[in-house]
Amino acid sequence: MRLLKMKFTQQRQVRLAQGLWLLSWLAVMCGIFVFFLGLYLKAELLRRAEVMDNSEIHVVPNILMMVGLASIGTNWVASRVCQDSLDMSRFPRWKAFLLAWFVVATLLCFLLLTVVVLSYALQGSLEESLKVGLRNGIRFYKDTDVPGRCFQKETIDHLQMEFRCCGNNNFRDWFEVQWVSNRYLDFTSKDIKDRIRSNVDGRYLLDGVPFSCCNPASPRPCLQYRLTDNSAHHSYDYQSEELNLYNRGCRKALIDYYMGLMNSTGPGVLSVILIQMSVVLSLRYLQTAVEGSLALEDPEGDSEGYILEKGLKETFEDLKVKVLTFLKFGQVDPSTAQDSPEASDPEKASDNTTGKAASTTPAS
Amino acid sequence: MALMLVKFDLKKRVKLAQTVWFMYWFAVMAGVLVFSMGLFFKIELRKRSELMDNNESHFLPNLLILMGLIACGINAFGGKVCYDSLDPVKFAKWKPMLKNFLVFCVGFNALLFVTALLCFLMRIPLQFTLAEGLRNGMRFYKDTDTPGRCYMKRTLDQMQMDFRCCGNDNYRDWFEIQWVSNRYLDFSAKEVKDRIGSNVDGQYLMDGVPFSCCNPSSPRPCIQIQMTNNTAHYSYDHYTEELNVWSRGCSEALLSYYGGMLNTIGALVLLVTLLEIGVTIGLQYVDSSLSTLANPDDPESESEGWILEKTVKETFTDIMAKMKAMGKGSKVEEGGEAVATVS
Repeated sequence: MRLLKMKFTQQRQVRLAQGLWLLSWLAVMCGIFVFFLGLYLKAELLRRAEVMDNSEIHVVPNILMMVGLASIGTNWVASRVCQDSLDMSRFPRWKAFLLAWFVVATLLCFLLLTVVVLSYALQGSLEESLKVGLRNGIRFYKDTDVPGRCFQKETIDHLQMEFRCCGNNNFRDWFEVQWVSNRYLDFTSKDIKDRIRSNVDGRYLLDGVPFSCCNPASPRPCLQYRLTDNSAHHSYDYQSEELNLYNRGCRKALIDYYMGLMNSTGPGVLSVILIQMSVVLSLRYLQTAVEGSLALEDPEGDSEGYILEKGLKETFEDLKVKVLTFLKFGQVDPSTAQDSPEASDPEKASDNTTGKAASTTPAS
Repeated sequence: MALMLVKFDLKKRVKLAQTVWFMYWFAVMAGVLVFSMGLFFKIELRKRSELMDNNESHFLPNLLILMGLIACGINAFGGKVCYDSLDPVKFAKWKPMLKNFLVFCVGFNALLFVTALLCFLMRIPLQFTLAEGLRNGMRFYKDTDTPGRCYMKRTLDQMQMDFRCCGNDNYRDWFEIQWVSNRYLDFSAKEVKDRIGSNVDGQYLMDGVPFSCCNPSSPRPCIQIQMTNNTAHYSYDHYTEELNVWSRGCSEALLSYYGGMLNTIGALVLLVTLLEIGVTIGLQYVDSSLSTLANPDDPESESEGWILEKTVKETFTDIMAKMKAMGKGSKVEEGGEAVATVS
């Protein structure tokens, strides 16, 4: 009992081949799209690599790029097979490759599905990576004279201005870190000596933030220093002031940005999966229909196309037996070496859906 | 003696018609390009119209949009004529209007060239508009409670951060205006009263700049207030300090931004003009080669093609004579004389 069989007249076969040729070129375009999507995602992640601690999240764009390239090649092969399917003399040479092609194409669909799942699953890892990276960035903000860290200040300033955020969780993160370099502190001044003595590590902590935290939408000129001191500024209440600085933390801002990016690519990737699956199914139908009409005496006659020659269960049983025999072949065993060729022969004769057996079918 | 005479047989004519048809399709796309460039420039001007006091001139982008649309139209028409030129029956219906169409094309090409020149020249009025607009904008920085001007602060801050500039010519422009609103000044404080008393208009002037002037590349945290007072900050000399705030003025920054855009648009419009001249010449060849068939009934006969039927000098004198004759013909005739005669 064949699975999902359909009758194919010669005309229908030609139509299927033409339609599939167009579909496979569309799938090539989709492969290019997926590749460039992966490239764009990777570029965006690399741009902010300085505030990320690890690069686990890079597996998503890497897989996308690989799958994009592989699907370009795979679908190009599919279009060649379509072209040759109309010519009876050229089609048989593809028979050996088609099983491998189906495996590769299904694997690509599976990988794309994994990418969609991973982009949600790795959110926690991205958050952790950003937490550590931003904490380090804020700590090294003042080290503009240390080689290797001298651009941290510029990076963090640009980040805070571009993403409209301040600090790691919120602006109070800046109160806990010395972000003014010692080079610009007058150690003879009383105020500075007081501040340094006020904490265990001898750091110059202040209740102020860098200028990049300032919100341009605030109606009043930005207040950066003595933020917790209501009397230091006219008509100012620290508890109720909302527009002066950015309220968001940079970790949340970056995560929202990257998750938004990956979510918006989700539908695109899902439709690419659909297109790839339809190419696989159509090629299967074409292959079985053409092989059927090759086997017939009248090449112009009707043939049947199907997805699986036997039902799902029977095909599965066949596969299991084949794998076991293959494993048995792998073992060095003279006694089974005589039995297994006889055991595998009847299977080979009945199962003509595999590429290995395909070469024997024209003869039979 | 015709200008640039070329002999044509059937094969050459067909090839010419195909090439010119192909070029016309490129020209249609070039027309679309000119249209979209005009649209893009218009949008860019609109985006920053607040900084130009809302009286910037939209003449150039409107002209570009119009020229782009006309170019699309006449190039599509020209392409159709070329396509039909291979079939004598179809071509016969276009033949009468072709001369006028070609004259119109020449006029359009001249206009396109003028547009390209305008693109390069528009920099000058833009410079004045920008300087004026920025000066006014800075005065309204503090008016975040005045309806109609409440977004000026945000616009100016965003612009200074995006274009990496400060003030009109440089950061000292901020020292001359009051950019802190009176709502946030404590008029009972001595310092505030001193500053207000120190100038005629009673404005709170300070040697400080808004935070958006700060340069992130500076190694030290930004110094915004008391900028001219070296003793107010440790290890600070305001004469040698370069990286603290942006040193460029915003009118210069905006001018170089728009100037670059205008230069690119001007160069592209010049290229489109060259393409248009090319297709006009091509169409003239197609027209002249099809009207000088040695044997009018035999489509395969030889013919000649040219740009001008007579030399440049003779064509010019012809045109002058025609215009004089037309001028005489429009005068009120007495006694039936002065009938327009074409020489």
